[in-house]
Amino acid sequence: MSAATGTGRGAERRSGNKLRSTEARLLAFAVVITVFASMLLGWSQGPELPPSAIVTGVALTVIAIVAHLVVRAVAPDADPTLLPLAFLLNGLGLVFVRRVDLAAGSDLATTQTIWTAVSVAAMCGVLVVVPAVRQLSRYQYTFGLVTLVLLVLPLVPGLTAGVINGAQLWIDVFGMRFQPGELAKITMVVFLAGYLERKRALLSVANQRLGPLLIPAPRHLAPVLLATFAALVVMAGLRDLGSALLLFGAFLAVLYVATGRLAYPLLGLVAFAIGSTIAYQLFGHVRVRVSIWLDPWSQVTDAGYQLAQSLFALGTGGLTGTGLGGGRPQDVPFSSTDAIFVVVGEELGLLGATALLVAFLLLVVRGYKISLTARDEFGTLLALGLTVTIALQTFVIIGGLTRVVPLTGITLPFVSYGGSSLLGNYVLIALLLRISDESRGSARGRVLDRAGRRVGSRRAAPAEVGR
Amino acid sequence: MTKQIGRVATFTLLLFGVLFVNLNLIALVQADDLANHPANRRLLIREYQIERGAIVVGEEAIARSLETEGDLRYLREYPGGELYGHLTGYYSFILGRSGLEAAMNEDLIGQPLEVLAQNLGDLLFTRDRAGNTIELSIVPEAQQAAADALEGRIGAVVALDPRSGAVLASYANPSFDPGPLSTHDAAAIREAWEPLRDDPERPLVNRAIAETYPPGSTFKLVTAAAGLENGLSPETAFPDEGTYDVPQTASDIGNFGGGDCADGDTVSLADAMRVSCNTVFARLGVELGDEELIGMAERFGFNRQPPYELTVARSAIPKSMDPPSTAQSAIGQRDVRATPMQMALVAAALANGGQLLQPHVVAAVRDPSGRLLRETGTRTWNEGRFDSQVVDETVADQLRDMMIDVVEDGTGTRAQIDGVTVGGKTGTAQTGGAPTVWFVGFAEDEVAVAVVLPQAGDDATGGQVAAPIARAVMQAALDGS
Repeated sequence: MSAATGTGRGAERRSGNKLRSTEARLLAFAVVITVFASMLLGWSQGPELPPSAIVTGVALTVIAIVAHLVVRAVAPDADPTLLPLAFLLNGLGLVFVRRVDLAAGSDLATTQTIWTAVSVAAMCGVLVVVPAVRQLSRYQYTFGLVTLVLLVLPLVPGLTAGVINGAQLWIDVFGMRFQPGELAKITMVVFLAGYLERKRALLSVANQRLGPLLIPAPRHLAPVLLATFAALVVMAGLRDLGSALLLFGAFLAVLYVATGRLAYPLLGLVAFAIGSTIAYQLFGHVRVRVSIWLDPWSQVTDAGYQLAQSLFALGTGGLTGTGLGGGRPQDVPFSSTDAIFVVVGEELGLLGATALLVAFLLLVVRGYKISLTARDEFGTLLALGLTVTIALQTFVIIGGLTRVVPLTGITLPFVSYGGSSLLGNYVLIALLLRISDESRGSARGRVLDRAGRRVGSRRAAPAEVGR
Repeated sequence: MTKQIGRVATFTLLLFGVLFVNLNLIALVQADDLANHPANRRLLIREYQIERGAIVVGEEAIARSLETEGDLRYLREYPGGELYGHLTGYYSFILGRSGLEAAMNEDLIGQPLEVLAQNLGDLLFTRDRAGNTIELSIVPEAQQAAADALEGRIGAVVALDPRSGAVLASYANPSFDPGPLSTHDAAAIREAWEPLRDDPERPLVNRAIAETYPPGSTFKLVTAAAGLENGLSPETAFPDEGTYDVPQTASDIGNFGGGDCADGDTVSLADAMRVSCNTVFARLGVELGDEELIGMAERFGFNRQPPYELTVARSAIPKSMDPPSTAQSAIGQRDVRATPMQMALVAAALANGGQLLQPHVVAAVRDPSGRLLRETGTRTWNEGRFDSQVVDETVADQLRDMMIDVVEDGTGTRAQIDGVTVGGKTGTAQTGGAPTVWFVGFAEDEVAVAVVLPQAGDDATGGQVAAPIARAVMQAALDGS
């Protein structure tokens, strides 16, 4: 192997090339699937292929090429599967948003295509601005503050877009509706990764006894309680159960990995359970959500309508689905945003829905792998937090639509219609790309290794010796 | 941290596993229930994408589909209205389907429902799909005559072609118009439905096939058939008495209106039939025994369900009876009950040499291009130990002649048609309250008929009230076909 014998930038370049050509092939595959799906959708409406089908295909191809070239230039050693998976999900999302457009007479898909371009540009921007993810940890408190600001923003008079569909999550910026919470989940994870990397030694020591449990000193517990409290405030103030669950879950996961103590997440869960019980007593919308979850069938025409229609769509789709264009997305409320998954399930059937789920699964598995091989603890925690965020978000919305957990209105990453969601998730991908690029690069000695870190791959050893 | 990351990863993989298992449950196990849930309109809307076939009588469509702009693409309408309401049934997205709309649904859609539900790309094919046309054997003139004759009365008429089993008329009064029940306006459907549902005269019940009544004296045909099979002849003499002293009970059986049946000491079986002599048939029943009587009734189709496109109620006779019951049942009272369809089958079998045929109302099914897919031919009704030859031809002809006597010079003279051989049997069943009156009979070998009026008025008799209705329907059937 050339990488084993060569040293310096030559070997690095060759290895990067190989990764990037893998990425290019996978990207082409994702784009081709999207273009085919988009054509099939067009044909389901009539013999003439509508221009929108071609526009989507061309736009996505161009965006993919640009994204690929940027990554090749600024993060040549990054994981080659992330971008193709994001594009596959994003592309299918575009097709299904178009599908809902056809039923509803709207034109969200065009907006979403523009948002795709903007989001991919943002991804490239992050890759360029953040050459080393470590730099972010310096601004951890800033990110913590930004998180709070982002979460509170929808409540600020003058900015808020008001209560929409029972939740207050949006702001109006120059006539554009934006959901700052979608970015808050990323800034929160950055803050957490930085904070916990520093405090992990302190938090790992348990010297206080509480019943059968050994717990750390109360002042170190403060973050757990604070975060729990924040989650409940989000839930109550913004009426957003899904985001609260998501943020809190990601927090507990990062906390657990940082400290290695299972007591933290368990304590967090207990606190959350108590808090939720109180919230259930206090807030009507929480009670409604829970009652729909327990029994959607007695209220199919009112409160349980969305859940019942979601289950009908999936059930009617069966194994192979009704075919693209053959379903009835107009019967499912919020079919382009929250419920996009059931549109996929109805028209592509269990097989299509499973394929989508597997794409998410691959993305998540790659995320964990990046977390495992990250160059330093900050990178590990950051990658883990981001990955858990995507995994939980996928679980909460799909589980909600299929009655595994109470239904909450959050987006399916990359697939749902929504600019802020798309933007947030591409930024998330950018960070994962950067972390994976650093770890591979460092493994071959491109960047100096930090003390105590094990070295990723065997072929990297000679490079280190040579150093 | 590696270990913890592994655990977090495992946990999330478990979550995905839960999603995956649950998706499979929904899409595979619960799929049928979900697809057919009343609040799920998907299958329904897909069904309404199909141009449902017409139901045709003569040259006229009595049910047909009209294209509309709505979500439900085709609207069902019923130019036949009340006249054919019980036959067509309704096709309503709220109430579901009834009548032939339900029974012949797969033909009318043009494919089995399971295929519709299965959906593998079938939308491309179903989009402009049309269902098959159903042609009925109904003779419109006879159907109209039945409706006219029953006007203002509760009752039902069934007319059959004895040679083929084809139903020529099937009408029950009051009827209903399926049109308003089949619109695409939920509020309008409810508004039309509720008065029908609450009407004490129960217009939604198809009395021609769905309800049983005491057959009264028309059942004497069955009793006589059992006697003739057991060696009697039409001339066999019975004691003519004002009351028959029923064994094992103090309640005796008298004749209608009291008195004897003839002038002498004895009366022949044929004369007893002609004047509908209760004492003779009650005695005959007891002498034959319950087994013979029940056996004969079952051979004619009692305690069995007639094979028919629509569901026919089972006509019934107890499986065993003591002598008092046997005496009562032999004259069609007590526990014997029959649908008009069943009694029409009895008359048709007697007009057809003792051969019991399967009734049918669907004559043919044609595809949208008019090509004949299926034709319903003459089918005998054989079932298990029951042979379609109910009685041998001699017995059938003897009974046939006795029925002709009834119309020529007996209780059924009001059924006479000039120049046509008509036979029949009247019935007036008294089971407390207003009597249920009947006429069953035939004209030539071309039409057999049964008429029932369950609340005919206090002194009504089958001969007075039911016979003219039967006559009108038979006449119309003869003229129409």
